[in-house]
Amino acid sequence: MNISEVLICYIGQTLILGIEERRIYLKKIIVPCGLHCIKINHLGVALGGQEVLKDINLHIHCGSLNVVIGRNGAGKSTLIRAILGDISHTGNIEFKDRENGRIQKLKIGYVPQSLNVEKQTPVSVYDMMASYQSNVPVFLMRGKKIRREIKEHLKLFEAEYLIDKQVCNLSGGEQQRVLLSMALMNSPNLLLLDEPVSGIDKNGMELFYRTIYQLKNHYDLAIILISHDLDYVRQYADKVILLDRGVLKQGNAREVFQSPEFAQVFESRKEEK
Amino acid sequence: MHFFSWLQYDFMKYAFLAILVITPLFGLMGTMIVNRKMAFFSDALGHSALTGIAVGVVLGVNNTNVSMVIFAVIFALLLNFINSRVLSATDTVISVFSSCSIALGLAILSQGGNFSRYSSILVGDILSITPEEIAYLLVILVITLVFWVFGFNKLLAVSLNRTLAKSLHISVGWMENLFAVLTALIVMVSIRWVGILIINALLILPAASARNISENMREYHFFAILFSVFSGILGLIISYFVNVATGPIIVILASIIYFATYFWGSRFNG
Repeated sequence: MNISEVLICYIGQTLILGIEERRIYLKKIIVPCGLHCIKINHLGVALGGQEVLKDINLHIHCGSLNVVIGRNGAGKSTLIRAILGDISHTGNIEFKDRENGRIQKLKIGYVPQSLNVEKQTPVSVYDMMASYQSNVPVFLMRGKKIRREIKEHLKLFEAEYLIDKQVCNLSGGEQQRVLLSMALMNSPNLLLLDEPVSGIDKNGMELFYRTIYQLKNHYDLAIILISHDLDYVRQYADKVILLDRGVLKQGNAREVFQSPEFAQVFESRKEEK
Repeated sequence: MHFFSWLQYDFMKYAFLAILVITPLFGLMGTMIVNRKMAFFSDALGHSALTGIAVGVVLGVNNTNVSMVIFAVIFALLLNFINSRVLSATDTVISVFSSCSIALGLAILSQGGNFSRYSSILVGDILSITPEEIAYLLVILVITLVFWVFGFNKLLAVSLNRTLAKSLHISVGWMENLFAVLTALIVMVSIRWVGILIINALLILPAASARNISENMREYHFFAILFSVFSGILGLIISYFVNVATGPIIVILASIIYFATYFWGSRFNG
């Protein structure tokens, strides 16, 4: 790589960073206080008589990016759905204000893997977001207040120009940004992302992880992310959770990636391929 | 022959009023049925009308309308329940139930060779509607409108992603069941006038046509109701002048609109 290439690369990166900084600063910034924590105690899930998850214990701090990895069918999505309350589970989830030990109601933002929209579905981004967040009937009229609110949140991810587009015509990356803006609308304490990187190209992935990274630095929330891309996990995760029906190993990226449990799960997968 | 000559008959006046109530109702309801991919479901509900009547006959109920409505509501809730439990393809499960129920109905009603008494329900006859029955339809229309104003957002949210809706504390099960029951009520209250064979076409076609050319929910509803009312009124008038059953003419018009919007949509909406 010669000097001019390095220079271009450098300028490019500062440009991208500049955009992201602006994006985040548009919204009032709440610096994570580090005083909240979410505790998951002895969580277990049985589906159809089969134990899918057992005795999961996790301690999640606000302002941290926690990434769940594991082979297919390890129960990653089930874990997310159990935390959401979509499927019943044993054990409990506590949300604590560490300052006075008060137990509060946990607000969860969720970014689903995909939406149930086929081609030609006449649902615009506004329709979708208003249907989840407002009582103004979307088939009848457009609420001014909610529209402004939606636009503001879309701006965080530079997606405000998408507001009147049909959801089914969005690219993978655009859909992701819209869903992220929506998840932030009721200022959650915990953000759950279910394998959000499918259908996004390499550039989009990089941007996605940077956005998440900025998000956790500037908002008072904890993030749990399911991921397949171990390179990004190594780069961005504060905590990695290796899951296979139970927690095999948790800790920072290096600890987990060098553990024998990690080798076992991911080496055997390579052999299968 | 004057164009408005048909309005001099009372039965035509009533039929006209009935269409003014039924068609917007069907247009409205159809939008959600198509969105939720429940076309099979509403079809099965229509078929269950025969079984409902049959059950009424067997139990010796005087007013088979009552047994028909009760049976349809139970049938709808049952289908919903099985849908949420059984993981095999929804359309298969619904087909099984639908054919089972229609066979049962036909078997019972045809006992002793009496089926011709009930055959009018297959095609329907809007010309025989009475003012009192129009009032029932109006009540259902009002209920549906209220439900739509207060519940439509939630229904849409559930249809886009159930888990996401649940995470925002929307009562997913309740909304799904309410919608199923409402669909059952609407189908049952109008089935004598519209007929089992074509009721589903009237529910699905306007919404399907609107989908071809709409980009958001407001356009979708506007066009669905417009197409529904338009084909309803025009169908009634045409059927009067050419002396053909009203229902089929309405469906033919609605189909023409569907194809027209399909070509329009694929040409201009990419």
